[in-house]
Amino acid sequence: MELKTLAAGCAVAFASIGTAHAQFSGDVIRIGFITDMGGLYSDIDGQGGAEAIRMAIADMGGNVNGKKIELLTADHQNKADVAAAKAREWFDTQGMDMLIGGTNSGTSLAMAKVAAEKKKPFIAVGAGTSALTNEQCSPYTIHWAYDTVALAKGTGGAVVRAGGKSWYFLTADYAFGQSLQNDTANVVKASGGSVAGSVKHPLSASDFSSFLLQAQSSKAQILGLANAGGDTINAIKAANEFGVTKSMKLAGLLMFINDVHSLGLKNTQGMYLTDSWYWNRDAESRAWGRKFFDKVKRMPSSLQAADYSVALNYLQAVKAIGTDDGDKVMAQLKKTKVNDVFAKNGYVRDDGRMVHDMYLMQVKTPAQSTEPWDYYNVVETIKGDAAFTTKAESKCALWKQ
Amino acid sequence: MSTASSAVTLERRSRLLWLVVLAVLVAAPFIGLYPVFMMKALCFAIFACAFNLLLGFTGLLSFGHAAFMGSAAYATGWLVRSAGWSPELGVVAGTVIAALIGLLVGLIAIRRQGIYFAMITLAMAQMVYFVCLQAPFTGGEDGLQGVPRGHLLGFIPLADDVAMYFVVLAVFVAVYLGVIRIVHSPYGQVLKAIRENEPRAVSLGYDVDKYKLLAFVLSTAIAGLAGALKTLVLGFATLSDVHWSLSGEVVLMTLLGGMGTFAGPVLGSFTIIGLQNFLADRVGSWVTVIIGVIFVVCVVAFRRGFVGELLAWQQRRRKVDA
Amino acid sequence: MDIFGIPHQAFLGQLMLGLVNGSFYAMLSLGLAVIFGLLGIVNFAHGALYMIGAYVAWLGLEYFGLNYWFALLLAPLVVGALGVVIERTLLKQLYKLDPLYGLLLTFGLALIAEGVFREQFGVSGQQYPVPELLQGATNLGFMVLPNYRAWVIGASLVVCLGTWFLIEKTPLGATLRAGTENPALVQAFGINVPVMVMLTYAAGAGLAALAGVLAAPVIQVTPLMGSNLIIVVFAVVVIGGMGSILGSILTGLMLGLVEGLTKVFYPEASSIVVFVIMAIVLVLRPAGLFGKEK
Repeated sequence: MELKTLAAGCAVAFASIGTAHAQFSGDVIRIGFITDMGGLYSDIDGQGGAEAIRMAIADMGGNVNGKKIELLTADHQNKADVAAAKAREWFDTQGMDMLIGGTNSGTSLAMAKVAAEKKKPFIAVGAGTSALTNEQCSPYTIHWAYDTVALAKGTGGAVVRAGGKSWYFLTADYAFGQSLQNDTANVVKASGGSVAGSVKHPLSASDFSSFLLQAQSSKAQILGLANAGGDTINAIKAANEFGVTKSMKLAGLLMFINDVHSLGLKNTQGMYLTDSWYWNRDAESRAWGRKFFDKVKRMPSSLQAADYSVALNYLQAVKAIGTDDGDKVMAQLKKTKVNDVFAKNGYVRDDGRMVHDMYLMQVKTPAQSTEPWDYYNVVETIKGDAAFTTKAESKCALWKQ
Repeated sequence: MSTASSAVTLERRSRLLWLVVLAVLVAAPFIGLYPVFMMKALCFAIFACAFNLLLGFTGLLSFGHAAFMGSAAYATGWLVRSAGWSPELGVVAGTVIAALIGLLVGLIAIRRQGIYFAMITLAMAQMVYFVCLQAPFTGGEDGLQGVPRGHLLGFIPLADDVAMYFVVLAVFVAVYLGVIRIVHSPYGQVLKAIRENEPRAVSLGYDVDKYKLLAFVLSTAIAGLAGALKTLVLGFATLSDVHWSLSGEVVLMTLLGGMGTFAGPVLGSFTIIGLQNFLADRVGSWVTVIIGVIFVVCVVAFRRGFVGELLAWQQRRRKVDA
Repeated sequence: MDIFGIPHQAFLGQLMLGLVNGSFYAMLSLGLAVIFGLLGIVNFAHGALYMIGAYVAWLGLEYFGLNYWFALLLAPLVVGALGVVIERTLLKQLYKLDPLYGLLLTFGLALIAEGVFREQFGVSGQQYPVPELLQGATNLGFMVLPNYRAWVIGASLVVCLGTWFLIEKTPLGATLRAGTENPALVQAFGINVPVMVMLTYAAGAGLAALAGVLAAPVIQVTPLMGSNLIIVVFAVVVIGGMGSILGSILTGLMLGLVEGLTKVFYPEASSIVVFVIMAIVLVLRPAGLFGKEK
């Protein structure tokens, strides 16, 4: 009998080991970072993103006004429930002051809700869905780097202008893919083009063959790839294998430098892409990029640079107002211009959108590339106000004043 | 010591034990245990109790039980969030929907026994998974987010973690006692007979299929209750709730804790949930490996589970004493 | 020419791809049926063995420069050896128990395998190149079919029919079948039944590994490739009838085709069509299409 009591007691004790005890954030500033650390999006953000945040913390001297800065990281495995549960737990028991959202739009939407409930800042970097600053906008959400509207206006617009009038979409079946498909379809139709159809594929799909067959039979000119990371890479490979590239041109609506690196210039040359930052853009970016390369052995993607920028700006805001109170920091961030290696003259709008220039770029041919990771020509700088959702188009209730 | 008085001591000690455990559970939010974690563990304990009713007491291994927890999770989530239902109605509706799906699956699966039954339930659950993946209202990969907790019966605000905790605890206690009632009832005795020797039960004139089907539907209903509560606690329903790995986990919870005992599934649930919570940050994918190892060890060497081994040990001790 | 409003190219193209998938279903369900039919074990680890086979091929290429053809021989041997170890140390203890324990044990093994490989290699998968001999594609008129996929169909048909022949038509196969029906009697004839059982499990594992190597250039080599597939394969075996080897082969191919057809007319349903068919078959013919009640 004593053993049974012991056993039951053990169970509850075990349970309590599994929980964390409530702590206060009083003298430590805690930044949380939840992203895909091992899956299809791990290269473009992942551990490299965590490294970038650590670089920002180091650049701030490791502390703000004497308070130590701590970074919490976790892998959400592309599962919204894991992300939301982790975010809630950190807010409740670890005294987290600010959460940076990594890749995967579904997880960011979930985390944004938790942050709003807890009245703490949530800054989305890796996610793309424009819903974060439209239907799902909140006083505690900031969307920092890129979004699907910017991609649509950038790449979508460029491809249509270059003659691609009829489109077929291969879309990742979740928030990001749908968002990207809708925003691009709007741009295509507004420019006088047409959408011949679309097909949805599961996230992290292993075999694109049947989807590509459907795309081919649509007889559209352009195959719009409304997916990212590993999915884009595999779709492009399969498209080559099945001869789709002979009858259709590929438009990679979201591509990062890591994807180009993976596929090689031979497979991607000439493709248009829109991005928020490029390491070889100017001297300052190059310097920071090489610092990152020394640590991570890969050139940073725009997301990793944005992670750095977010952490830096947040810590500077906390330093300026002397507190990490959620509402006050949000107000400060919306008041201050963003001027760092990531963006120049950027600012945070009322709908949570951080507005800055976007770049329409084209992948170089192998002959044009002078060194590893030198992959892009900057075709056009899209001014911030033209790149993102305009007030007229906005579906955010907070911005309607 | 005579056997009569030692039996009474057993009873008294057992009751005392349960009062102690209950006291700890009631005090939990006030002694520093994270309420959200405790609620999650309690929901899974309800799920495991439901599963054990089927496996431990009726002898049917359903390998797709997540489908019932998950479909109720989605149903309740949608009703509370998008249709504005109050939480208690949402939970009831979720439970009913899980029972209905359980009835459909049961009708098809009961026809076969043993291994085939398990494989059929697995396959049907996979179908439910894909339906949940595709259906527009579930949100697919993103899940059904932002489910508010609302007000119980119109006036008890559940947004407060402590209030919600006591609601979940109350339901858990009710389910636990309910399962004990079912097992000890005449119906429960027939189930036990079916588990021990089905052909004999048939020869005695029992409509075995009907008994099994009822047990199945009861089990799926309670599983649905667990899922509906979980949605309110965490505020979302996702594909993880209908994935076959969850079906496997509940088997493990029951096996580890002790099939066919009452406390076993609860113990198993707290252990596994606690383990996952504790290890997830520290060891990443090794959690899956550890769960797998526990499975293998349990099947090979620990089939009676914690409580089962404990009870067997007590039996041996009593034989030695007497 | 349009078939039911769908251009015939799309139609035939999806059927072709369906045949490729069907070949995998057939090979995997064959292995499962062999193990269950002859051993009474539901091998949930079958998907994991398939995955390990693919990884053996990839690791062989990455670290030892062993090409695809080598892998086709090596992977089944390596995984077969693993099968021997599993059978000897773990499965042997469960034969006298309820077969459900076998299912649970192999489920645990599958989790271990998936977890270990996930920890090592991440989830996003490794690329495995198509062997040079089989590169390129043929224009079939209605679609461009990569030569490698045609090879997959051919190779798996040969393997499946070969295995069926071996089990149903040769003396060795007869001994195997006798051994599971009445081990004591067969043992009395001087045949070492435990060794036979062990080798059968190894052979089933080897078949799964072979399927893994065949699959490697088609889909990514990821730790999750087995678990994605195993439940569909279970459904195939239930539909085909657990006792029948030929049943599994035919059902696997047929289901691949049906899936392909569904993709033409109603793509969203393609992932559940297998289970719907299973439900229907169970209602009408509980023993499965080709099954014999054991």
